[in-house]
Amino acid sequence: MSAGLSRVAPAPVRVAGGRWQDDLRAVSMVWRRELIRFSRNRLRIITALVQPVLFLFVLGTGLSSMVSKGLPAGSGNVNFETFMFPGVVGMTVLFTAIFSAVSIVWDREFGFLREMLVAPVRRGALVVGKCLGGATVATSQALIMLVLAGLVGVPYSPVLLATLVGEMALAAVVITSLGIALAARMSQVESFQVVMQMVVLPLFFLSGALFPLKALPAWLAVLTRADPLTYIIDPMRRAVFEHVAASPKLAAAFGARGVTWDGWRVPIGVELGLTAVIGAVLLTIAIATFSRTD
Amino acid sequence: MGRGFHARLACVEEAAVEVTDLVKRYGDLDAVRGISFTVAAGETFGFLGPNGAGKSTTISMLCTLLRPTSGTARVAGFDVVAERSEVRRHIGLVFQDTTLDDYLTAEENLRFHAELYGVPRAQTAERLGEVLRMVGLWERRSALVRTFSGGMKRRLEIARGLLHSPRVLFLDEPTVGLDPQTRSHIWNYIDDLRKRETITMFLTTHYMDEAEHCDRIAIIDEGRIVIMDTPAKLKASVGRDRVRLETPDTDAAIAALRAVFDLEATLSEGAVTVYVPGGESFVPRLFADLGVPISAISIARPTLDDVFMTYTGRTIRDAEASSNERMASQPWIRAARRR
Repeated sequence: MSAGLSRVAPAPVRVAGGRWQDDLRAVSMVWRRELIRFSRNRLRIITALVQPVLFLFVLGTGLSSMVSKGLPAGSGNVNFETFMFPGVVGMTVLFTAIFSAVSIVWDREFGFLREMLVAPVRRGALVVGKCLGGATVATSQALIMLVLAGLVGVPYSPVLLATLVGEMALAAVVITSLGIALAARMSQVESFQVVMQMVVLPLFFLSGALFPLKALPAWLAVLTRADPLTYIIDPMRRAVFEHVAASPKLAAAFGARGVTWDGWRVPIGVELGLTAVIGAVLLTIAIATFSRTD
Repeated sequence: MGRGFHARLACVEEAAVEVTDLVKRYGDLDAVRGISFTVAAGETFGFLGPNGAGKSTTISMLCTLLRPTSGTARVAGFDVVAERSEVRRHIGLVFQDTTLDDYLTAEENLRFHAELYGVPRAQTAERLGEVLRMVGLWERRSALVRTFSGGMKRRLEIARGLLHSPRVLFLDEPTVGLDPQTRSHIWNYIDDLRKRETITMFLTTHYMDEAEHCDRIAIIDEGRIVIMDTPAKLKASVGRDRVRLETPDTDAAIAALRAVFDLEATLSEGAVTVYVPGGESFVPRLFADLGVPISAISIARPTLDDVFMTYTGRTIRDAEASSNERMASQPWIRAARRR
């Protein structure tokens, strides 16, 4: 070995020391990794659009002709697709966020999770980074759906768009937290199917994304009110219907004036507050679960 | 013996690894049955033994990934149970299975590591260049890891393990699953590293030839350290040459060796093996007096294989076969290890 080779002193590098700056760097790095992986996977971005587009334009249009017969006159360009739009945006957030979160199981399968878990940083920082990363990805994916708003009679109003983006981001954080809490206990990629069938699809079908949550049989009414996703879709739908030219009668027919609890119309603030609380609980569970595993 | 020397050294300068009566038990299976040893700072120390001997379990405990059932271990001066994160800050890890993100580039993988380990930003770029050049991957730094061969991935992992200048670098079977040429490449990098960085290396291997690269090795079998010394001293301690003979009637040959020469022969991998001082002069006597036909014969100077054979009574391959049986009866062990 020649003396000219740069010889590295044993410990010139100060490594992470449990300070909040170190945790912040970990959060930001885990977040950045999610974005890099998302932006590199164009195919995933496109395939993730197929399902909501099918729901909105195929299922929505198909049902629209049937539904419109029962609607009050004077609906203008407001139709069933308009009703479905917030539901489909919510669906995009749901599926993308769950997929991002559950990628932890892939990380476990392919070993990268180990690289993260052995690092001298708090597990909480890793979970928060993963959560923010998944949420950013899910919100970005849903933003692409927002672009299609005009096609279903939803105006590009800045106030409406800002409201929707805010609500999408909140929803994305909550769902990613749910996904991480679930993924923390999963050791096999196959379990992802179980999560999809047992958790994600019931959440989606009961959320009011596809049909108005009014005049339902009691059992279904109770289930839909117990679905946290209901309180994410509902504020988005109310925001949309505030910005389209729909008569109060039409809005009522679509159940777009808000979810009721035994006749009491739940205020948007309560819905969003509830969502935030659920998100905080899920995130706490996710952090606790990850901090326990070795 | 080396132990006295290393014990004294430990007093002067803190030992890199200090293990006392370490035990790991899975249910009623004892994976590690009370081992003690010390690795001095700057030493390259190897754990040699068959698969399932307890090597990976021990390394996992030292890296704070597994909690010991009993006993204590200190790494870089910190207790692996009480001071877990301190230990993690001061060690580098290269696992048996790859832990890289295939969808990131080589450089991004290292950057990720630098951020997680809090390497100062001002030093990151320089250190990154250093370790990438050391393993010969500087030109490929912008390529996605999924385009890398097995050997390149392993080199990148070694670079990553060194990025935060750890005091101890753990390498768990660093060459497993690689072809012979790549294996010798990896060893060139590791040998080079020993010369360039002041670092303690702790590695496990079940390849005898690889253990030769270590300053000291501990032979581990069925969860116990059988013997521990420098490779040269271990081989010298065998003191005898190995004579392998092939014969149509192995039982008769073993009986005759006992009756005529008073030698305990063993049967391994289909051949009768005896250890004798001065193998060359023994062979003519063997042909003259054995009374059992011999179809082939070979004499060899002691290798680490023979060291293993001498101290455990079987070859490393036989040991692996029996330990695989032992593991197969406990399938959940594998699941527990994968985490």
